[in-house]
Amino acid sequence: MDLKDKLISSFMAFENNVDVEHPVHDVRMAAIKNFEEKGFPSKKEEAWKYTSLNNIQKIDFSIFPKEENALEYKDVKRYFIHEIDTYKIVFVDGIYSSYLSETTHDGVDICLMSAALTKPMYKPVIDVYFNKVASKDESLTSLNTAFSREGAYIYIPKNKMPKKPIEILHFSTGNEASLLLQPRNLIVVEENAEVQIIERHQSLTSNEVLTNAVTEIFAAKSAIVDFYKIQNDAPTASLIDNTYIDQKDKSLVKVHTFSFGGKLTRNNLNFYQNGEYIDSTMKGVTILGEKQHVDHHTLVHHIEPNCESHQDYKGIYGDASTGVFNGKIIVDKIAQKTNAFQQNNNILISDKASINTKPQLEIFADDVKCSHGCTIGQLDEDALFYLQSRGIPQKEARALLMYAFANNVLSSVRIPELKIRINKLIAEKLGVNLGFDL
Amino acid sequence: MAYTEEELKKELETKEYEYGFYTDIESETFPNGLNEEIVIAISKKKGEPEWMTLWRLEAFKYWKEMEEPEWANVHYEKPDFQAISYYSAPKKADPNKTLDDVDPELLEMYKKLGISVDEQKKLQNVAVDIVMDSVSVATTFKKTLAEKGIIFCSISEAIKDHPELVKKYIGSVVPQRDNFYAALNSAVFSDGSFCYIPKGVRCPMELSTYFRINQAGTGQFERTLVIADEDSYVSYLEGCTAPSRDENQLHAAVVELVALDGAEIKYSTVQNWFPGNKDGKGGVFNFVTKRAICEKNAKVSWTQVETGSAVTWKYPSCILKGDNSIGEFYSIAVTNNYQQADTGTKMVHIGKNTKSTIISKGISAGKSQNSYRGLVQVNSRADGARNFSQCDSLLMGNECGAHTFPYIEAKNKSAMIEHEATTSKIGEDQIFYCNQRGIDTEKAIALIVNGFSKEVLNKLPMEFAVEAQKLLEISLEGSVG
Repeated sequence: MDLKDKLISSFMAFENNVDVEHPVHDVRMAAIKNFEEKGFPSKKEEAWKYTSLNNIQKIDFSIFPKEENALEYKDVKRYFIHEIDTYKIVFVDGIYSSYLSETTHDGVDICLMSAALTKPMYKPVIDVYFNKVASKDESLTSLNTAFSREGAYIYIPKNKMPKKPIEILHFSTGNEASLLLQPRNLIVVEENAEVQIIERHQSLTSNEVLTNAVTEIFAAKSAIVDFYKIQNDAPTASLIDNTYIDQKDKSLVKVHTFSFGGKLTRNNLNFYQNGEYIDSTMKGVTILGEKQHVDHHTLVHHIEPNCESHQDYKGIYGDASTGVFNGKIIVDKIAQKTNAFQQNNNILISDKASINTKPQLEIFADDVKCSHGCTIGQLDEDALFYLQSRGIPQKEARALLMYAFANNVLSSVRIPELKIRINKLIAEKLGVNLGFDL
Repeated sequence: MAYTEEELKKELETKEYEYGFYTDIESETFPNGLNEEIVIAISKKKGEPEWMTLWRLEAFKYWKEMEEPEWANVHYEKPDFQAISYYSAPKKADPNKTLDDVDPELLEMYKKLGISVDEQKKLQNVAVDIVMDSVSVATTFKKTLAEKGIIFCSISEAIKDHPELVKKYIGSVVPQRDNFYAALNSAVFSDGSFCYIPKGVRCPMELSTYFRINQAGTGQFERTLVIADEDSYVSYLEGCTAPSRDENQLHAAVVELVALDGAEIKYSTVQNWFPGNKDGKGGVFNFVTKRAICEKNAKVSWTQVETGSAVTWKYPSCILKGDNSIGEFYSIAVTNNYQQADTGTKMVHIGKNTKSTIISKGISAGKSQNSYRGLVQVNSRADGARNFSQCDSLLMGNECGAHTFPYIEAKNKSAMIEHEATTSKIGEDQIFYCNQRGIDTEKAIALIVNGFSKEVLNKLPMEFAVEAQKLLEISLEGSVG
């Protein structure tokens, strides 16, 4: 039985465990129908031209983990930004771990999707926001919607800001030979509120894991959202991350994506600017080796006038890795005075590595400033020689240059401890000790 | 008097198509529809050898199995391929013509087009092959060229007189099964130009082909084959017009360029097919496959000025097969009213140290949609490949659209690829700056548009640059000084 059939037949089993009377269940049923019609995307589709899911579909994934697994904090401490105090929402094999987590209802709600989807007190929020910005058409998002039950639920009321950043962690223990996880997150940030979120998926063994995550973010008027995605997973872990962001007037949403590992990573990052004077920023650093594959697919839809968007993605590709960048900017007819910038720079450091990039503009308004730039190249030999002539060994010199190449993406990271952590990860990936922290 | 962008826009909308006349020339037209018999009949009509007929039938077989492509960013009512006549020839054109034998009415028509054949012969150093309704009617300067060993004639003559060259190269760059329209063209092409430059010869004059669709209900399917032998050079020009009609006419051409070791081909196009009226009715569907293959140290340069056609679907490409070969693409695409253009290029780097440059300028006005679609591909063995691409779009009015779809695929670590694109309108501050210095708004817009397209206009041969300027004037009349 192929994966699609298995998923569709598992939906019935899934229904036994959820409240089928709840209005959300109608949404799930519509979603599974859409998935049944469309199935897994193939390379024939323009959006999946460079990323194949064929191999993933051959794996016999467990859809529901059989048993709960406990993890000791000391074993997984290194995956947390443990230098600072944070709220934590931790899942082990898709199941909430209250032992590792630290949630709150003190003025803000930082808790669980399962609670939000079942308890009546959250119903007004769920009614207004759940599955409202996520695509009802895209098959993998529908698949997630159909099985949506658990994930992080964050609600920040007007003028509030949580005392500390929020970490969302997904661990998989490898108790199943191969596991499919489908976390569903909802983040609502009301007017003038602010939040910082760090998200990470981590597989602890070499068993196959596929995560098909959907996150919906709603930023109301003047809200500020900082979202950091750390993707440094095991070589057997694959991730399909679908993030949908709805922004209102004067809101500011920044998404940073750090892709350093995993077998196959696909990021679908979609911004919808439903208001004026909005600022959307998406930045990414990708450093790959081995046979890793990362596909960044971004969409910024400028729907209203006077908005801005900034994109800056840097990639360094070694070994037999492949990178894809597909950035799409749509400017509607009424979205005059839009400023949209997109930058994608890549370095290939191996003959077997390849990069496919497609920065795409679709513009229907005339009074706009839109630009995109894209480069593929190598490290500057002159700069390398300069450093070597000053006694820096070639390996370090190369690392320094690559570090500098990626650095301006890091400059907008607002949590210093996170920045140090990312620096360390970059140094680790480049195989050197940079000898300094920034 | 202040000349505003609004007024310019209005002028753009109401500006009529200058070449929209129809000349009443008796012609012989095949019945509508397409089947094997028609393909055979076309071949027979042209007196082609058997291998050519078989080649056409093979293409027709592929075509039947293919589907019309839908990926382009254009929307149009699909042509009914059974409602088109696939062969139309001016009756009086004698196969053994000299310029003096050409129907005076035809010459009159070309005068109207501003390409008086006589005049060209006397004044300018340009050899012209004129193709009307897919049949070559006149080729000038044949003798002068023959002295140098250059063959410049219609492709049907070439099939008869130089079968060894045609047989070797036709379909070698654009195979029959390449795409839907190329297959259709391969099956039914009625004529076109053929050009062969022998080893080491520098063609002393510009070679030029003029295409004209005259008859109603016909499609134009011409095929151009240019072969530049080792270390030769040729500059080739191509221009096109059609009468104004309410129906959509189909133009599906194939152009193949072969640049052997060290050869250089410069291919310039001024495309001004009837774009439809200002309500978007009528106009030519321009679905063209153009491709060049570059051997060692060869260079191919495509320059195009696209102002006509209701729907354009055109990607002049370079296969940089040989080491150190160079591909260039310079394009201005102007769309107005309801025109749609999806155009760009493909640069495929296969050889080592290959270089390519892409400069694309899109100007959209009215309710038109203008897309750039390009592919830069660096294969794993193409060490030292270098590409620079720039696509700029200028929007006039808020009902038009400008889109870019650049695909960049790199599989070699020594590849250097740069791509930039910008989209903007004529800035109020730019116009203000000019006004401030005593330049009125009309001149200012002219200056800015001229400056915007200069990089491409500069690449056109002299004779054509003037014509291209004139065409831009048609689109932007009153503003280009």
